[in-house]
Amino acid sequence: MNKIWEFIDKKPNSISVLSSIAAVIFGLIFGFILMLIVSPGTAASGFATILFGPFSDLRNIGFLLHYAAPIILTGLSVAFAFKTGLFNIGASGQLTVGAFFGLYVGVNWDFLGPVHWIVALLAAAVGGAIWGGITGLLKAYRNVNEVVSSIMLNYVSLYLVNLLILNFIYAGRSEAMRPVASARIPSGFMDTIFAGSPANIGIFIALLIAAILHIVLNYTTFGFELKSVGESRTAAKYAGIKEKRSIVFSFLIAGAIAGIAGGLMYLVGDRSFRINEQIIEQGFTGIAIALLGLSSPIGVILAGLFYGSIMRGGDAAQRFVREEIVEIIIAVIIYFSALSLFAKQFIGNIVKQKMKEKPKEPSKEGESR
Amino acid sequence: MDHAVEMINITKEFPGIKANDKIDLRLKKGEIHALLGENGAGKSTLMSILFGIYKADEGEIRVNNEPAEITNPNDANKLGIGMVHQHFKLVDRFTVLENIILGFEDTKNRVLVYDDAREKIKELSEQYNLKVDPDKRVADISVGHQQRVEILKMLYRDAEILILDEPTASLTPQEIDELMDILKTLRKEGKSILFISHKLKEIMEIADRCTILRRGKYIDTVNIHETSFEELAEKMVGRKVDFTLEKDKAKPKDTVLSMKNVNVTDPISQQHVVKDFTAESKRGEILVVAGIEGNGQTELIYGLTGLYPVDSGEIHLNEENVTEYSIRERALAGISHIPEDRQKHGLILDFPLEYNMILQSYHQEPFQKRGFLQFDAIRDHTNRLIERFDVRSSSGAKSVTRSLSGGNQQKAILGREIDRESDLLLAVQPTRGLDVGAIEFIHKELVNYRDQDKSVMIVSYDLDEVFNLADRILVMYEGENVGVFDPKEVSREDLGLYMAGSKKGDQS
Repeated sequence: MNKIWEFIDKKPNSISVLSSIAAVIFGLIFGFILMLIVSPGTAASGFATILFGPFSDLRNIGFLLHYAAPIILTGLSVAFAFKTGLFNIGASGQLTVGAFFGLYVGVNWDFLGPVHWIVALLAAAVGGAIWGGITGLLKAYRNVNEVVSSIMLNYVSLYLVNLLILNFIYAGRSEAMRPVASARIPSGFMDTIFAGSPANIGIFIALLIAAILHIVLNYTTFGFELKSVGESRTAAKYAGIKEKRSIVFSFLIAGAIAGIAGGLMYLVGDRSFRINEQIIEQGFTGIAIALLGLSSPIGVILAGLFYGSIMRGGDAAQRFVREEIVEIIIAVIIYFSALSLFAKQFIGNIVKQKMKEKPKEPSKEGESR
Repeated sequence: MDHAVEMINITKEFPGIKANDKIDLRLKKGEIHALLGENGAGKSTLMSILFGIYKADEGEIRVNNEPAEITNPNDANKLGIGMVHQHFKLVDRFTVLENIILGFEDTKNRVLVYDDAREKIKELSEQYNLKVDPDKRVADISVGHQQRVEILKMLYRDAEILILDEPTASLTPQEIDELMDILKTLRKEGKSILFISHKLKEIMEIADRCTILRRGKYIDTVNIHETSFEELAEKMVGRKVDFTLEKDKAKPKDTVLSMKNVNVTDPISQQHVVKDFTAESKRGEILVVAGIEGNGQTELIYGLTGLYPVDSGEIHLNEENVTEYSIRERALAGISHIPEDRQKHGLILDFPLEYNMILQSYHQEPFQKRGFLQFDAIRDHTNRLIERFDVRSSSGAKSVTRSLSGGNQQKAILGREIDRESDLLLAVQPTRGLDVGAIEFIHKELVNYRDQDKSVMIVSYDLDEVFNLADRILVMYEGENVGVFDPKEVSREDLGLYMAGSKKGDQS
């Protein structure tokens, strides 16, 4: 046992990983207790379905991947901004605006032929980038707190896009207007492997973007600039980095990623944009996914896949429990993942106590954050 | 012998380092006992053991001649030991009174009552001459007053043994004088005080005895009136220390920097802080800008480096007009800058050391190729600077910069800026808060840089440093250049008058 504590003590990152895993476990336990209270008879089978149902056959896995792709992207959007010192609460708004741009191209520009879906997806990225860029500009040049402006822009985007969709996409057409076939994200070979599911190459797009972000942040001078500004605006300025421009770039990129998530969600044949909804939840989920995934691309991918599996499990478990219960369980897990910071402290304290008798690394106060 | 605290044969080992190796410390009742040592000598570890934050591997602690078991700060408090940490532990938004009673509140019918506390604080303030307004919020009082609140906090808890960790580090000279008076009063009232410092001057002034540590080892305990400044320094550093810097006569050559009628306004406060400033700095000389802190020196350097825009006037570097250049363009044109605030501007504390060593040059080859960072080149560069400038850290180039001591952080910045081989090196307060060993090292490097036919311009608020380094002294008062002097021809007293604004000289 002591070996484990020593290992954790030497590798501070492992505390974070443990705390994320703990958040998931606590969330699941809490959900199970809830199910026991509401419907004791079916709780066990329902819970098993949520956990293992998504892996029962390839079709279910297809659904899982399909659900996970946009969530991974919004998670990446938040995580990327976070790595550059910014808190992007506005992924929902960027996703919504991205969805409109993608749909507009997807519905109207059918002359594009085989590249139609690519252009539509890029349009979604542009839409998201514009929306993110507004927050970035306000932050960089007017010192408007990005949390406040991006959260308000979420609402602006909701009503603005409702209006735009009615006027430019649904105008004179059926309310269930969907992008034409050439604008839908291709399924590639996914529909043969995961037959019966809506799976398409969206998951690969998400993975590709995760890889690109990882490379940009860790291996390029551009990423070095963004991270420098994120860690210390004053020191970055001293070093001659244009720190305002850098903040705008961060938000442009974060917005573009969220916009692509919007493209993946709506450039499909089985879902259409509904008017007068509340703010699209996938954006907020991205915050939880980024927290749970510790803002690292790999962590976000894993957290996104987990989230996809719970969603799919929830679909399947509706035989046993009411839909609302499934939603509550998902919400609880998200809460706990948001609380993973507390879990981190909690685990950290345990390790400290276990290590107290043993010599500890000499640390200055500033380090032990 | 009547001892307040005895720490006998204390050993504390951390992985890879013996922070304390058989250390003895004996604090007599009613004395001020200094604990002297360079950064990293083990002072803080020893005090943390006394205060129950760490547990010693070996050794014995006795308090008031009784063996004591101190496993946490509460135990220490119960034994009458109080500590003022270098970084104060106060709640900014609470009043002085609230901060003092925090954790020791009186209640009546479950409602907080302040009357008794206020009375006791008033008595303590008068007894020890610690004037503070109990109803002011801590955020609104000066650092010196915040320190008084910390001292009052200890007294309120009836502490008889007071530990002060680097108490003068963030104080102004006047506040330091006031603190010294307070400590003398406390001694007179019978308190026993442990005073942790690396500043010899203060120890010579205030302490009765002094225990010296070096690299985790016990060196000696001396009576202050039987020792000298030089002896203490030698014991602390482990070799003789030059207090007068040896340097050859300057051989000034052509002008590198010339400023004409430069005006700078602080963009935040909108105050006009640098006024019609005209000066020159030449190759092969050290120009020191002297003055009392807050007379526009900071803003002058910001204007020179591009951190603040210049309202009017011209800045020429090697006859190139750089007034409109960006920060990066100026750096590339030949300005290196050791900033006043090394943690705000000079370093990104949560980056590894190697990233900080390329902070301005990451965009240049060989550190990048086609936009990609070249990690081998960065590592080699950092290792070379670590070696050359003796930057000590736990894990070399990969160490998190925050974990380096202040002296080593400053040596890292110095190395980075010198290595860029700019024609002009600006250094603001290059040795603030450092111990004698680091100060000596940095001074030598600055003179060395001058001798490579570079121009060095230093801002200093410390007259010893001004006279030690300067080939020419420029005095700045209320944003103006009030005179340039040859350090051999001006007395300290005269310079002081110019700095205080009561004398004005010719601009040369």
